[in-house]
Amino acid sequence: MIGLTDYLILSAILFSISIAGIIINRKNVITLLMCIELMLLAVNTNFIAFAHYLEDTAGQVFVFFILTVAAAEAAIGLAIIVVLFRNRATIDVEQLNQLKG
Amino acid sequence: MNESMNFSLITSEIFLLCALCVIMIVDLFQRDKERVLTFTLTQASLIVLFVLGFNSLGAERIISFDGHWVTDELATVLKLSIYAITFLALFYARSFISHRNLMRGEYYLLTLFSVLGMMIMVSANSFLVVYLGLELLSLSLYALVALQRDSSVASESAVKYFVMGGLASGFILYGVSLIYGATGSLLIADVAKHFSENSIGLVGQFGLVFIVIGLSFKFGAVPFHMWLPDIYHGAPSSITAFIASVPKIAAFGMTMRLLSEAFGQSISQWASMILIVALLSVILGNVIAVSQNNLKRLLAYSAIAHIGYFLLGVVPGTQESFSAAMYYIIVYALMTLAGFGIVIFMSSENKEYQKVTDLRGLGRYHPWYALLFSIVMISMAGIPPFIGFWPKLEIFRNLIINGYVVEAIVAIAFSVVGLFYYLRVVKEMYFAEAVDAPEISSSRSLKIAISVNCLLLLFLGLLPDSIYQYCLTAFNLMG
Repeated sequence: MIGLTDYLILSAILFSISIAGIIINRKNVITLLMCIELMLLAVNTNFIAFAHYLEDTAGQVFVFFILTVAAAEAAIGLAIIVVLFRNRATIDVEQLNQLKG
Repeated sequence: MNESMNFSLITSEIFLLCALCVIMIVDLFQRDKERVLTFTLTQASLIVLFVLGFNSLGAERIISFDGHWVTDELATVLKLSIYAITFLALFYARSFISHRNLMRGEYYLLTLFSVLGMMIMVSANSFLVVYLGLELLSLSLYALVALQRDSSVASESAVKYFVMGGLASGFILYGVSLIYGATGSLLIADVAKHFSENSIGLVGQFGLVFIVIGLSFKFGAVPFHMWLPDIYHGAPSSITAFIASVPKIAAFGMTMRLLSEAFGQSISQWASMILIVALLSVILGNVIAVSQNNLKRLLAYSAIAHIGYFLLGVVPGTQESFSAAMYYIIVYALMTLAGFGIVIFMSSENKEYQKVTDLRGLGRYHPWYALLFSIVMISMAGIPPFIGFWPKLEIFRNLIINGYVVEAIVAIAFSVVGLFYYLRVVKEMYFAEAVDAPEISSSRSLKIAISVNCLLLLFLGLLPDSIYQYCLTAFNLMG
């Protein structure tokens, strides 16, 4: 039997992986985008697990909203990456260093 | 009072949404390079919103839409300041964006969409609505920052803003999901009720920590500040002026809804976290700003310090201190707008204004504008009789009467450090040897807007009660 705790641990692991990915990743901006999506999926897992455990639908409805917003966010993120690629001809994270001081 | 489906309570939001659709379609059929009609319609809808909001001042607190929506004095006053400052920011942007190939309808549309998001944020009474308002605001801002498509720094700062904003939203959401698990409800009122009857528990505590971290990210408070100077520096100046000022007001509204209303019973839990973040921001923001030569970066670090002072106002957790923090954030938005207004004002058609030293000789050749800019800087430093002084005084007073004496002394000491870099700008304008006169090529509307904005800092400073009494009524502290 898979209990609530197992789901929470799974989502905590997913969340940590996504944070680690954002911090450690030095190569590709697309990976950052994937990490942000993974973070939202970890949150979704949490919500679904709690909604099932509490027998309350509000959490499941929240998940639909998160999925919708995540789709919009991915669209805007990819558009920004396209703009960056046009200007720089690279989407390397390490090359994002023109602004400092 | 609790009403379920009363659409008259969201008249402003519905009006703005309809106005947005109209402006979007009108803009499609415009051949005009200067977008006069789009601009006029945008400003007109902001004026209508202001009038609508002004008429609903003093109404009683009503919770509607099954507890998801609240209309109260706090929301109304915050919305009014959002409209007013956006209105000014759009005046600033006008000539700047037309010189930089940014004069497109999207500029106005995205600004209005972010205003809609902010209105939803300050009126939200459930975590779901807070999240939706926040995302509507953030997504519009990401696109606004990236609007200058041919600039490599602007696209870099857009990527950074996007990643950091996504991270912050993720933190807030994770916290919300844990709070949902601990309380079984998404409504702020239910969460508050649950925590007043039960102890907060381990899951609730985790949720609270994640929410506080997410909020600090959104505010750009130390240690979650590293994105902020890069974005303020890289984004086009008129957009920086907007994102540095108005969204902070909405973020204040969100902080009030999340921390003071939902977690009103566990103040001691979050106050200590906010206190650390606030003190670090005050110290680090002021110290790093001293070594900045670029005016936009200097203002960005000063913004971090200001956020620290503002968060110090939230720490004591009394209604009076919240109203002081609200006063601070509104005044901060007005001052920051004027600060970045200087950057916009000094940028000419093909030159982006950058260094503090570019202001040399302004006192001699353009004494009026030098005077205005000195008002902005001295007001930011918090010297009477300018407006920046009064909210700082209120914050420190509230800290001291609630027993945070050491913290208040540290904050005051570092506001003296802050004085150094603000006065350095004044020094460059009046006392440094100028090689040649700085040229001013801005349009008349910009000249009027910046004069109005800077003189407001002086006049409101002479009448400190003018804004403060609204902040007091927002927290039911007046009659």
